[in-house]
Amino acid sequence: MSGKDRLPIFPSRGAQMLMKSRLQGAQKGHGLLKKKADALQMRFRMILGKIIETKTLMGEVMKEAAFSLAEAKFATGDFNQVVLQNVTKAQIKIRSKKDNVAGVNLPVFESYQDGTDTYELAGLARGGQQLAKLKKNYQSSVKLLVELASLQTSFVTLDEVIKITNRRVNAIEHVIIPRIEKTLAYIISELDELEREEFYRLKKIQDKKKQAKAKVEAARLEMIASGKAVDAANMLDEGDEDLLF
Amino acid sequence: MALHSAGKGKLLAVIGDEDTCVGFLLGGVGEINKNRQSNFMVVDKNTAVSEIEDTFKRFIKRDDIDIILINQNIAEMIRHVIDSHTQPIPSVLEIPSKDHPYDASKDSILRRARGMFNPEDIH
Repeated sequence: MSGKDRLPIFPSRGAQMLMKSRLQGAQKGHGLLKKKADALQMRFRMILGKIIETKTLMGEVMKEAAFSLAEAKFATGDFNQVVLQNVTKAQIKIRSKKDNVAGVNLPVFESYQDGTDTYELAGLARGGQQLAKLKKNYQSSVKLLVELASLQTSFVTLDEVIKITNRRVNAIEHVIIPRIEKTLAYIISELDELEREEFYRLKKIQDKKKQAKAKVEAARLEMIASGKAVDAANMLDEGDEDLLF
Repeated sequence: MALHSAGKGKLLAVIGDEDTCVGFLLGGVGEINKNRQSNFMVVDKNTAVSEIEDTFKRFIKRDDIDIILINQNIAEMIRHVIDSHTQPIPSVLEIPSKDHPYDASKDSILRRARGMFNPEDIH
């Protein structure tokens, strides 16, 4: 930080007051942002823990689902193409809600059933039980994945916001506050200098006045001494009696 | 993001091998819209990487998709595209496929997480 690093402002009392209030504002903002960052960080860690937990759980659920697919295939025969060709409308859809953490909107996904099962009749001939189990397994894994997706989305969003907040906290702490402090110091030093100048000038004037007075006094004394009594009478005092009515 | 909160329900998209797709379709996530565009893609060994990339990019651009599921081995193929997708929505989830068990160390999100915390927390 060089000496140039201060705000371009004229050093005066008013500016000093302004800077003082700005410094206070910056400090308050810094504290608040720091609190926000802490709150976000806390939430972030919680979400991270949950993500890891859910990811491992997902591995198992997916394994089970894949196994039930193999089971259903064994019972029903290959139905891959039938399923792939008969897609129409989605049965499971996602709704998103907002969750507010310290002023940050986090999307929360929620899956819901909409419409009927397209593959209601699949496995009617044989393997119906296996197919039903397969559907159930995949539906539950979808539910889990949706949950995981909302965690992950929150993770990404929070990550971004935390970065921004930390950047702001650091900017206030390391740039804005020092700059205001420097400006304040500059203003104070300038004001002090002005004050010293003023004081010196006053002293000088007093000195001058004293000298002038001494000169006048000396001249008067001299005149008295030389006999020309010049104690000037009061012009207003005319010697009349006071009138009382 | 505010646009997403309103309106009708969103879809899941699937990019995966045949079995993964079939499984999720039976679970009821599949949809074909008016333009005959599906929200899933079956990848087999003959599918070109560029094709996967294009589909993935198309899914990202579609505003009726909130979550993209992708097999981890396929995600590996187009890792650079996935890593460059930083928006929170749609969120990209890597799922294990039948032949490839889940490897947490390859996951984009977990790798990012690992950068911030020590590895012991992850496992």
